[in-house]
Amino acid sequence: MSILELQHLKKYFSTQKAVDDISLSVDKGQIFGLLGPNGAGKTTLIRMITGIFYPDEGNIIFDGKKFDPLNDVSRIGYMPEERGLYKKMKIGEQAMYLAQLKGLDRQHAMKKIKDWFVRFEMETWWNKKVEDLSKGMSQKLQFVTTVLHEPKLIILDEPFSGLDPVNSNLIKDEIFKLAQNGSTIIFSTHRMEQVEEICNHIVLVNKGQKILDGTVKDVKQEFKENIFSIGTDTMPASLNGNAPFEIIGTKNTAHVLRIKEGSKPNDVLQFLLQQGISIHSFNEILPSLNDIFIKLVEGTSPARQFQTIKA
Amino acid sequence: MNKIWLIIKREYLTRVRKKTFLLLTILVPLIIIGFYAAIIAIAIKGASEKESIAVIDNAALFDKSATSVGGMDFTFIDNETEESYKNKYQEKGFNLFLFVPEMDIDHPVQPRLYYSKSLGPATSGRIEGIVNGAIEQKRLIAANIDLQKLNSSKSNISLETLKGKGEKDETLAKVNSGVGFTGGFLVYLMLFIYGTMVMRGVMEEKTNRVAEVIVSSVKPFQLMLGKIIGIGAVGITQFAIWIFLVMGLQFLIPYIFPEFGAQLAAASAGGPQGGGGMLAVLGSLKSLPLGTILFTFLFYFLGGYLLYAALFAAVGSMVNEDPQEAQQMVFPITMPIILSFVIMTQAINQPDSSLAVFGSLFPLTSPIVMMGRIAYGVPIMQMLLSMLFLILAFLGTTWFAAKVYRTGILMYGKKATWKEMIRWAFRKS
Repeated sequence: MSILELQHLKKYFSTQKAVDDISLSVDKGQIFGLLGPNGAGKTTLIRMITGIFYPDEGNIIFDGKKFDPLNDVSRIGYMPEERGLYKKMKIGEQAMYLAQLKGLDRQHAMKKIKDWFVRFEMETWWNKKVEDLSKGMSQKLQFVTTVLHEPKLIILDEPFSGLDPVNSNLIKDEIFKLAQNGSTIIFSTHRMEQVEEICNHIVLVNKGQKILDGTVKDVKQEFKENIFSIGTDTMPASLNGNAPFEIIGTKNTAHVLRIKEGSKPNDVLQFLLQQGISIHSFNEILPSLNDIFIKLVEGTSPARQFQTIKA
Repeated sequence: MNKIWLIIKREYLTRVRKKTFLLLTILVPLIIIGFYAAIIAIAIKGASEKESIAVIDNAALFDKSATSVGGMDFTFIDNETEESYKNKYQEKGFNLFLFVPEMDIDHPVQPRLYYSKSLGPATSGRIEGIVNGAIEQKRLIAANIDLQKLNSSKSNISLETLKGKGEKDETLAKVNSGVGFTGGFLVYLMLFIYGTMVMRGVMEEKTNRVAEVIVSSVKPFQLMLGKIIGIGAVGITQFAIWIFLVMGLQFLIPYIFPEFGAQLAAASAGGPQGGGGMLAVLGSLKSLPLGTILFTFLFYFLGGYLLYAALFAAVGSMVNEDPQEAQQMVFPITMPIILSFVIMTQAINQPDSSLAVFGSLFPLTSPIVMMGRIAYGVPIMQMLLSMLFLILAFLGTTWFAAKVYRTGILMYGKKATWKEMIRWAFRKS
């Protein structure tokens, strides 16, 4: 069951095809990674999902119905990459204001704010102003205001930037908790190790187009290069052409090998066992998302060129 | 609608709750009044300071018994010549020394004025006037004209002005223009103060990047309108406080200055014809249609504010953090405001001139110019037309500003031009 479905979305600006025919589907309860280099069109895509921009072409289906920005925005929480809060406003009032703008009534909002403030150990901040907060503290506040109204769809753009490891973990746990409670999270970042840790499903966008779509597991399988690490006592000094693999390096005490085309991992083990070599470990090395990302995006110029678009 | 209300409330409360708001609201009028009082006091004092002047009058122009002529103390010096006295007058304590050579009054010779430190044009002009007056008098006497008869033949009456077919009109033109100027000036001031407040508010939201968070909850148009209305309400609150203060002062004046209060009471009892000068002015003020003036003032203040605030908001959404950029961009908006002020100063003297009529109909200038005309009475057709134009123009600028604002508020890094703004406005959404 998908909560969000994008069908052939397009958004052209006068000098760029910011989003050029992107379709994707986000399932309920998923933590969905939206990846891409700078200027790939992620922010434009997100702004269309949050109702800030209207797409030039294509449809957005939200929770089974055509997306209606006026009413549906109250069920979406959006934390932009560039954080924004009123500097001179008191923190409690600010949270209240943003919650009310999302349609919460005063009492309900007050209860929610207090809950979250306790959870994040922010109770004493109520009368402080945002300008008095450190970057990490205002980050936490921003996160609270994003999820306060229990949105069905939460969009987080680089949620961990500027946070220390302790606070990062705090927010990460909350993200998992929110997903468990049925919220769907779209998570946009450049930090691939976070994506691997958190996301179930990823989409990679480059130059306004989708170039990769799948679960983290599938994507890794798709891009695997049959590389294994093997821990052994000894290794035959030289390998003849019959060996079903080649050694391409060492990692710690283990050897890294690539299995030749047409052979299977079992062939490797059999080959080594026949030679009387004892094996302690045998693991597949899957490519990291970072490697995949770089491989796919490499070769495209790091900054998009401006061009004239006739829509 | 509920969301606009929330925005209005925030914009209003964050401004009104500030301590500086109350302070400025009360202090600014006091400072302005004090400033004017100081100017008037200095002007009066400067004029009343008497100069003393030493005179050697070889032409016998002056009556030597007069020691004070035209506000100057004259001391006539005998038994001295120009050559001998010009070295002495400073020692004797005079700043000025006038030497009148012997002359035929039909062919006067230039008198010479010596001065010790500095000589202002006002003083030398006054002395010129006195000398010329004395020569004229001598000539009249030489022509055998009786001075007393001449003086008694002079006339000094004022006109009774009647409007239309002779309806009673007790207002003085001076009062009308004064009221017009005050109204126009206030609208001018408010447009500037609150217009730039809207602009700064929009800039703050843009540079703080809070705009993106807010527009993911409300439409950009709601945010803009909420801000404009909220700040407009701050302006009205400020006005209400000022009116309240003025009314309070009126009640207090009789207690603080009992004499003035008594005069005031006498004037209101005796009606507008009761006295001259100050009291006539007060009487005249009373006969003005104050209700109408107040209503039109509120209408044009609000209309003008809404019209210009939308434009100021559009400009605020265009600029980045650089305040200088804002100044450049805002110039095309401030220009018509300043122009209206100039037209208004003409309109208070010639309320029916074609420039004044045009200015009071054209929506970019009408909020200020109409205030200049209002005290004289404006034909009802013109009034209605002007109001209609203003409403239409306000809808137009708001539409335009909303389009520009929607794009501008999420644009970073790049400075947009007016040309681009206009293109955004006419682009399909």
